[in-house]
Parts: sequence; C-alpha cells; structure tokens
Amino acid sequence: MAHANESNVKRIWNVFWILSAITIVEVFLGIYKPVTLHLTKFLGTSPLNWVFIILTLAKAYGITWAFMHMEGEKTWFRRSIVWTAVFLICYLVTFLLIEGGYLFNILGPLVNW
Amino acid sequence: MEANIAIPSDSKESWIGGGVRPFGASYGKLMMWFFILSDALTFSGFLAAYGLTRFKLIDSWPIADEVFTHVPFVHGDFPMYYVAFMTFVLIFSSVTMVLAVDAGHNMKKNKVTWYMFATIIGGVIFVGSQAWEWNTFINGSYGAIKTSDDKILQFVKDGHQIALSDFVVGDRGDERVTHTKKNGLWFESGEIIPKYSVSQVITSYKADPSVQVKSELINVDEKQKIVLSREKGLEELLKGTQIVEGANLQVNEYGNTIFANFFFFITGFHGFHVFSGILINIIIFFNVILGTYEKRGSYEMVEKVGLYWHFVDLVWVFVFTFFYLV
Repeated sequence: MAHANESNVKRIWNVFWILSAITIVEVFLGIYKPVTLHLTKFLGTSPLNWVFIILTLAKAYGITWAFMHMEGEKTWFRRSIVWTAVFLICYLVTFLLIEGGYLFNILGPLVNW
Repeated sequence: MEANIAIPSDSKESWIGGGVRPFGASYGKLMMWFFILSDALTFSGFLAAYGLTRFKLIDSWPIADEVFTHVPFVHGDFPMYYVAFMTFVLIFSSVTMVLAVDAGHNMKKNKVTWYMFATIIGGVIFVGSQAWEWNTFINGSYGAIKTSDDKILQFVKDGHQIALSDFVVGDRGDERVTHTKKNGLWFESGEIIPKYSVSQVITSYKADPSVQVKSELINVDEKQKIVLSREKGLEELLKGTQIVEGANLQVNEYGNTIFANFFFFITGFHGFHVFSGILINIIIFFNVILGTYEKRGSYEMVEKVGLYWHFVDLVWVFVFTFFYLV
C-alpha cells in the first residue's frame, strides 16, 4: 500500500509506459502476423497465440500489482485472492477447452462442407 | 454474544495482524476485493464458454481481422487500430484513477478532483467507442447469403471481400419492398425486405465471372477462409435462402451466429460494468468536490472505486486478447 504522504507518481507512469509498449507489440503482431509464428504449431496452438496470452498475463500482472496495489497488501490476503482466482480459472479453462476439442472431434466430421 | 466475537487470546493484538482490520485492510476494501474475485470468476466463465464454442467450431470460426476492420471517419480495411485505441483509452483512464488515489493519500483535494474528472471522461469515451463498434457490427459491411444448411457465403473479387452492392445488378424481380407505417392504415410491423433478393444475387453471380464465393471453412495451412471455385460456388449459392446484412442474435453475415451472440454478451456485460463504473465514479467525484472525504480525513472511498475501475480495465485486457488477437 502506498504510505501516506509518499507519492508514487513516477512509478505509476513507468507502469503505464510498460503496459502501452506491450499493447503496441500486441497490435503490431496482430496486424502483421509473422508467418513463422502464425502458421506453426506449439503446444496445441500457434506460437503467436502463446505470445499474446503471455503478454496479456504480463499486463494483468502490471494492473493488479501496481495499479491495484496488490504488491502492498498482506501476503495471505494477496494469496486468498490471487491463488483462488488462478486455481479456479485454470481448472475451468482446462476442462472446457478439452471438452470443446472433444465436441469438434465428434461433431466436425458430421458437417458436410 | 461473546462466543461470536473473536477475542485475541494468544496475546497477539489481532487476527493475522489486523484487529478490526483483518489482513491490515479496511472492511470495505477487503469486500471490494472479494467482489472483484467473484466477478473475475464470472467473466472467466463467459470467456471459457467462448473458448469451448470456438474449439467446437474451430474449422469455421470467423477471423477477427475480417470482422472488425473499421475506423470512424476513415474508409478501407484497418483491422485492430480502433480496438487498440479503445484499449489505450481504458489503460489511460486507469492511470488517471491511480493518480487520483495517490493524490488522495496525500490529501490533495484539487488533484483528486481533476484526476477523477479525467477518469470519467476516459470511461465515457470508451463506452461511446464500444457503442460505435456495436453499431458497425450490427449494420454489417458486406452482406452475405445464408444457405438452407445454415452456412454463410461471402463474396470475393481479386482476393478481396466485396459487398453485395459491388456486383449485384438489376432489381429484386419480385417487386417486394419493406412495408412501413406510412403505407398502411392497420400496419403494425413486418419483416424487413433487403434491397436484393437471393435469385437476383445468383443471376448477378452468373453474369460476372470475376466474382467468387468465400465459404466459412478455414484452410488449416494458411489460416484463411477457403474461396470456392466458380462451379462449387454456384452449387452452394443455389441452396441460398436468405440475404444477411449485418449481425444480430439470429443471423450473422460474418459467419457463425454464436460468434455474434458471444460478442454481444461478453462485450455487452463488460460495457455495462464500465457504465456502472462511470456512475460510481461520478458519485465519488461529487463527494470529493463537496469535501466529504476531506472532512472524513481519508480518501479511501476513491481507492475502493479505483479498485473496481482497474478491474474493468483488467477484464478488457482479456476480452481484447481473446476476441481480437488470438
């Protein structure tokens, strides 16, 4: 937490520039889609998609830790929020995506293109 | 009563160092965090459902770069730019919010007021941009044909998608027009008759050999939609039942209808969060002006709405990635 009478203005702007830079990189990659990243496969999807996901998580970290002052909260308070969210979201996403892939394998061949 | 109250018995002053402030945070802030946690799980539920549906229809999912291509006041294909602008607006309003919180810690009322004001303006610009994005999506840009087996057929010329108006000639052939209120005494409502009819589109397609049909199916190697040969295209066109212009909950000219449904639902739910955030920010803004927090001696309320506002930004970061990038 920011201590009273102590200003974090410089750090706030630093985080803003980092988040902006990440967004610019994302948009750049999203428009140009480098073939080597876009049309190859790595761990179930293209490396480009992994880059997007990792950059997104980096942005989420910046927003939560710096803007929402998560870094200054008590350790177990922080964990009660972050661990809960991370665990439940990973759980849900894993099962739903596996299920989605299964649906495609079963229903895909039935569609007559 | 006594049994229900936690009394420190281990000679430590408080539970996990908090006392009346468990975890060293005030009750209000704690509860805002737990609300944010539950809201985050709601949004992940939606996005995970979107992921499931996308995986289920992975071979025909609309390509975002071909759907969101418009920028206000500019003609042509500019995928990503507008939504990137929206992302910047929201990140920037997050910065002004956190600057307001910071100024609050230092009890600078004037600064808090101005930063809150900037945050509200940022939020309004974002919601306005989203309304424009919705409007563009609902009205559509090219038009397509829906077949009896629920596929969407789009049209291309020289590798670029073209609108129906770019190649369809002649008239509908059945003289039908949309019935409006001024044309009938007892008229209440009726279906909208598109400018072109399916048979007219087929005739125009036959007449112009440079036009080809683009199917929804994705070529896995190139990650592009497959363009059909002239003969195969005609075969598919003859199954056409309906002209589709724009997107709504029943039909979607860009492809799978459920893509439109998820787009409306998730960005709509997020937009509603931004809208509520603006209202709450406005309330707090006036409280700041009236000096409520100055008298209270603490600007913690600004910090609490700030948490909510940052959360809205956080969600947008994920929506941006999963709708527009991945």
